[in-house]
This record gives sequence, C-alpha cells and structure tokens, in this order.
Amino acid sequence: MSDRISRDAVAHVARLANLALTDDELDTYTAQLADVLAHAADVEALDLAGVEPTTHPYPLTNVLRADVVGPTLDRDEVLAAAPAVADDRFSVPTILGEAP
Amino acid sequence: MSGSALELAAAVRRGTRSAVDVLDEHRAAIEATELQIHAFNLVTAAEARAAAEEVDRTVAAGDDPGPLAGVPIALKDNLCTRGIPTTCSSKILDGWLPPYDATVVQRLAAAGAVPIGKTNLDEFAMGSSTENSAFGPTRNPRDLTRVPGGSSGGSAAAVAAGFAPLSLGSDTGGSIRQPAALCGVVGVKPTYGRVSRYGLIAFASSLDQIGPFANTVADAAQLLEVIAGHDPRDSTSIPEGPPAVSEHLLDGVDGLRVGVVTELLGEGIAPDVAARVREAAEALAAAGAKVEEASVPAAIYGLSAYYLIAPAEASSNLARFDGVRYGLRVNAPTTNEMMIATRTAGFGAEVKRRIMLGTYALSAGYYDAYYGQAQRVRTLIARDFAAAYEQFDVLLSPTSPTTAFAFGDKTADPLTMYLNDVCTIPSNLVGDPAMSVPFGTGADGLPVGVQVLAPALAEATMFRTAAVLEGAAP
Repeated sequence: MSDRISRDAVAHVARLANLALTDDELDTYTAQLADVLAHAADVEALDLAGVEPTTHPYPLTNVLRADVVGPTLDRDEVLAAAPAVADDRFSVPTILGEAP
Repeated sequence: MSGSALELAAAVRRGTRSAVDVLDEHRAAIEATELQIHAFNLVTAAEARAAAEEVDRTVAAGDDPGPLAGVPIALKDNLCTRGIPTTCSSKILDGWLPPYDATVVQRLAAAGAVPIGKTNLDEFAMGSSTENSAFGPTRNPRDLTRVPGGSSGGSAAAVAAGFAPLSLGSDTGGSIRQPAALCGVVGVKPTYGRVSRYGLIAFASSLDQIGPFANTVADAAQLLEVIAGHDPRDSTSIPEGPPAVSEHLLDGVDGLRVGVVTELLGEGIAPDVAARVREAAEALAAAGAKVEEASVPAAIYGLSAYYLIAPAEASSNLARFDGVRYGLRVNAPTTNEMMIATRTAGFGAEVKRRIMLGTYALSAGYYDAYYGQAQRVRTLIARDFAAAYEQFDVLLSPTSPTTAFAFGDKTADPLTMYLNDVCTIPSNLVGDPAMSVPFGTGADGLPVGVQVLAPALAEATMFRTAAVLEGAAP
C-alpha cells in the first residue's frame, strides 16, 4: 500500500503543515495515509473529463456589506486571549534570520 | 426527566414552573451520572443560574421570555461563548476565552433558553466516537461500554442522559446524525447555509452546519426554528428566514413519494440495521406514502471524495492555530520554531493525520488527481440526488451502518472509523438537509437511527416524515 505515498512525501507534507514528527510517527502516518489514499483510488479512477468541479453546495458569490463603521471586537478582550502581547500588539519571537 | 422541551417552556411561560426549578432538576441529573458519562467539558453552573433567574424575572414582570423559556441546552464545545472556555476538545485552545458569542448562542439567549455547559467532541470535530477528544471519551448513556458516536458525542449523550432536553452540535460528515442514532435521540443537519456559522470554529467550510439534538421531533423542530435564519455575519448564510417546520409537523405523509436508497442499504450495513430501515419504509407506506426503491449511484463515491475534501479544507482552516493570537504557545527561539512546537504539542493524532492528508491532497502535482477529482465527484453526487428528487420527495437510509460500537474497536485503523460515515456524508457534500430518528433497536438491544434525507430547503417535508416515523417506532 505504501506506494500510494512515500515516507519522504509525508515528511515533506509535515514540514509544509508546521508539524514535527518522530521516526515512529512518520512510519505510522505513511501507512495510514496510504490506506486512505488507496481507498480514494475509486474516485481517482473515474473518467470525469468535462465534469465541472463543485467547490460549494450552492453557487454563492462574494457578499459585500455596506461600507459603514459598525461594532468590532473589543481590542483589550482580544489581546487578553493572546499568549504574548507587547504595546497593544500580538508579540512573537524573532522572525528575521530564519531559513525560508 | 420532567418532560419535553416544549412542555417545559410552556410551563415556564405560564408561570407554573420556574426556570430555576427546571435547571436544578437537570443539574441533579448531571451530578448523578456525569462522572460516568463525561458528556461535558465544562458545566457552566453559575451562568446557567443567572440565565434561569433572568427568565423567571421576565415571566414575573408579565413578559414572554421566548419559545424556549427556561429550557436547559448543552452546547458543543466548538461554539464560541463569550468569556467561557471554548476548547474544541483540543489542547491547542488551552486557556482561550472567546471575545464573542456565536450567533446561535445569541439566538438561544433571545429565545429564553438556558445554556448549561460545553459538551465533549472529537478534537476539532474530527472523528466518529469522541475517542479523539484530548479530554477523554464520552460514554454512551444507553451502554457505558459503548461509544456515543461522534463527533458531537457529548451533545448526543447529554440529551440521551437527561442532562438537557436540547443540545446543539455541528455536522460536517455526519457528526450530529451518527451520534444521535447511536444514543437513541433525534439529530438534524439542516440545509447548508440555513443556520449561521458565525462563532462555529471551522473544520471544513463547504460542509459544516450547526443543528439540533432533542428527544422528540417536535423539540428539534422548535430548536431549528430558533437558530435558523439569515445572518449578515456569515457570508454563506442563505437569505431565507427560519423554515416553518412545527406548523406542518402533523401533516402526515399521505401521498408523499419516499425512496429507499439502495446504494446505502447493501454491503457494509449490518442486517439488523437494514431490517429496521425497511420496517420504517413499511411504516411510511402504511401511513399513506408511496414507497419505492431509489438509486443514487454516485453516493458510493461520497466517502472517498469526503476524505479528500474535508481534510483539504481542514488543513487550511487549522493553519490559524499557530500560537500567535490565542490558545497554547510552546516557546522557542524563533517564530517558525515556536509555531512548529506549538502545533506539534497542541494537536492530537487524528487532527495531524487529517491536516497532512489535506495538505498532500492540495500539494503541487497531486491537486488535480485528488482534490480536483473529489470536487468533480461532488458534482456527480449532486446530479444523482437531483435526479432522485425528481421522483421522490424524501429519501430513506440507515444513519449509521451499525449500532454503537465498543471503545477501541476502530481506533487502530483510521479507515475503519471513516467507513462509519458512509450514509451521512453524501448530504454534506450536496448541502441538503438530513436527520436521524430513533427507530427501534438492533440485535444487541442498542438504538438504531433511520435517516430521512430531503432536497435543499425542504426541512418541513423532512420533519413531517420524521414525525410519522417517531409515532410508528417499535
């Protein structure tokens, strides 16, 4: 089954998703994701050329509200929920000098 | 307990019972068995008391508190409640107090309902048994050795155990209907867009919908009417007002065209469950409905399509949990390392699995083969349902392939767990309403749920079918 997705591909996906996996987890997830993708082979095998994709149950279009000032969330209440705050802003560790 | 939600609300509005008395009765039930069942992540006793006292003051002043006056209600813990912890049963939201109420929470308050607590769920609503909760599983009140279903297992168990006559859940692939079936209560997934999702923490945005749990079809109808209706704060909210469901509840099914979905009654469905669905079809026929077999051929591809689409949307929605603005932060020297450490410590195994599956399905080189293909299958399923609804007013199927299973039965193999959702997923992919009604028991004596499916916006037809089944249930 594991030909459906390689261990390297799972490691790559974990990096994209900002998750760190142990070697054991990598093995487990590779096997489990392969199982689910193998089940999806029924869908993969269908010839659906010419069938439009459905992204949403209804043909919704973008909804715009009138450009008037309304009530917003209380800033102090929002910041109170943050792990770290400085000068009325969300605070994070250093961001410069990291690998891309 | 002392009656249906409608009976309790009527008594409170008449002044023959106080909301505080109703609340105390349900709190006593919680104290008696909650330790065994674990339906709640949090019981909000003080806030509930204040809300009940407010209802009683309103009645005393000669005013009407609303259609759910004094009715205790349990809220799935992925619905935002201002100043009250909202966890999604995940460690990653540890300590977070939402700065606003979900629209449904506001509407419940306006209707006089009394929220009594936040119910347990599979982490971020990903699961079919509540075994994926970071705070431990909920037990099925009908049999404590069995799961209550999921992901809204706590909300289903709260109603089944008599902790509250009503609760709210969310349904992305069956997360209201399946636990309702396994716990022997009524569970409703309304039409996509029917109920505002403002304040529902998103899992898969093209599929998620909030809906009611209740002991009776009439109670569920009243709750749906309270929470439904357009909300400008949810851009996917449809313009329609609440459906007029209650007034048509007793209209019966005479002449109604009912289709039994053959694709959802074959392989993988336990024989005792299938037998109950056929009995339900006979009961509708006896009540005057025209019952035939219906075919929705593409429904069999629903499971595969769902387990590509839902994880893809989840991988995007859950990117916001990064330790910056709310919840858990695991400190590290750089922001990127902090985000990785936070997400790795904060998310459980199933959530990580689905984030990775979704990220893969959306990644370069695989997007069209997986996500794109799944979206085209979604079109096929919608076409097949539309064709079926040219011949039928409602469709019938099992809600879940089996009755409640034992803890640990399906946790080793995620795919086995996913197969539980085969009958409920198609309605989410298409956006149509569907509900589960208790209809007798299986060979093991545990509840069986029959699913009534209807076209978009046809909740009234769906509910009157469910009402006939409720009256005919063995």
